[in-house]
Amino acid sequence: MIELVNIKKSFGDKVILPEVSAVMETGKVNLIIGSSGSGKTVMMKCMVGLMEVDNGKILYEGQDFTGMEEKDRKEIRREIGMLFQGSALFDSMTVEQNVMFPLDMFGSGSLRDKKKRVMECLERVQLKDAAKKFPAEISGGMKKRVGIARAIVLNPKYLFCDEPNSGLDPQTSLLIDKLIKDITKEYNITTVINTHDMNTVMESGDHIVYMYQGRKQWEGSNKDIIFSKDEKLNDFIFASDFLREAKEIRQMEMFQQKDWRDKLKKD
Amino acid sequence: MEFRFFHHFGSYLLMLKGMFSRPENMKMYWKEFMLQCVDIGIGSLGIVLIISIFMGGVTTLQISYQLVSPIIPKATIAQVVRDTIILEFAPTLTCIVLAGVVGSKIASELGNMRVSEQIDALEIMGINTKGYLIGPKILASLIMIPCLIAIAGFLGIWGGLEAGSLANILSHEEFMQGLRQEFKAYNIFFALFKSFVFAFIISTVPSYYGYNVQGGALEIGKASTAAVVVTCVLILFMDYLLAAILL
Repeated sequence: MIELVNIKKSFGDKVILPEVSAVMETGKVNLIIGSSGSGKTVMMKCMVGLMEVDNGKILYEGQDFTGMEEKDRKEIRREIGMLFQGSALFDSMTVEQNVMFPLDMFGSGSLRDKKKRVMECLERVQLKDAAKKFPAEISGGMKKRVGIARAIVLNPKYLFCDEPNSGLDPQTSLLIDKLIKDITKEYNITTVINTHDMNTVMESGDHIVYMYQGRKQWEGSNKDIIFSKDEKLNDFIFASDFLREAKEIRQMEMFQQKDWRDKLKKD
Repeated sequence: MEFRFFHHFGSYLLMLKGMFSRPENMKMYWKEFMLQCVDIGIGSLGIVLIISIFMGGVTTLQISYQLVSPIIPKATIAQVVRDTIILEFAPTLTCIVLAGVVGSKIASELGNMRVSEQIDALEIMGINTKGYLIGPKILASLIMIPCLIAIAGFLGIWGGLEAGSLANILSHEEFMQGLRQEFKAYNIFFALFKSFVFAFIISTVPSYYGYNVQGGALEIGKASTAAVVVTCVLILFMDYLLAAILL
């Protein structure tokens, strides 16, 4: 579990995160959503330590990451896997070498064991056949999957994904979402995704934090969104007529279910 | 302007300080160091061979053109060629060329890694990126560039010898006689000392520019150009300073 306690971040006079608190739950896909410039990327960078917060605390299983010495931070960082927006694969290495890199740097065991683990991870993302290819020879979706394989090769406790669907077609996006969701459940890890892809929100969002102008505007699950009365959230999620109609259809479907009807009556 | 200079100089020193930490895995650092040795040393060998041979040849021709007095023995040409190449041309000219070849490569490689978030990926893995990416480049430069300078010195003198013979200015024997006249071993020490200083500049300044790139492809190009320009200016400045202090 990752807790953000009143974190503040500004660049010069410009306040990006005035004061944000949130909890990223274990075994769930936690989404940070919001329009461009809402502070979600800064929030994620603060969480992984690529940026320092001005104030507040970031707690990993109760341990204060912000107040830690670099040596202790490195220990936590080794439990973090991250998928970057542009995949951030090492150009000079093959797919196999990219996935092998964290194992070579930090893993123990024989070369055979390492290769076996790399193949397991590549198989998990269905890329065993591309092991000998270079990043320049594979598609954007494949690069993302290699990024996922590299992120999970050391069995991380926390998985961060920065806009995993950007630049991908809808079908590949769904595949990546499913992969991340399955890995989260399979390894019971804390996954944090920074996105503005509505498919991801509706399909994977176990826990969603909606950011608006640097503040946490709304928090809930993908099912709660359907009945949310927050105008800003609705404007952001259901931006087009088509999506608004889809929402109404989903609302009616969910209203048929007794537990939701009871919940809504209670609200 | 002055504040910008101090800001850059301070950040440069902090970058150098940041490199010193216990390597996460010595084997991986060694691998990276060897890769850099091949890149910097073997990768620049071709251009160093070409410029040093021609540099020696041209020096011989031009010195013979200027020393036209019949009272000056022909062997003096070789003596002047030797000292010019050892003291100045081999270390300084070669390093100016290496600033372009190696410096721009280091700056653009690190800049590209920064822009494509590869450096961030390494940071998140818990790797000291300054130590892992910049440290091996500096060490490899400190070892390979003096070797390249030594090769450039030998080849420059050999180029001068062959050019003198081909142009019928002086025979091989006369050239060899001139090479032995009033030879000072200190000049070799001076040239090697200069090459270490220049090697440090060639590896650290472009690393600083590349590591701190912000933006996209355009900024990588700008950083690469700035790195080469600043490196060349610093090499020339240090060349003067070292000559003033050590000669």
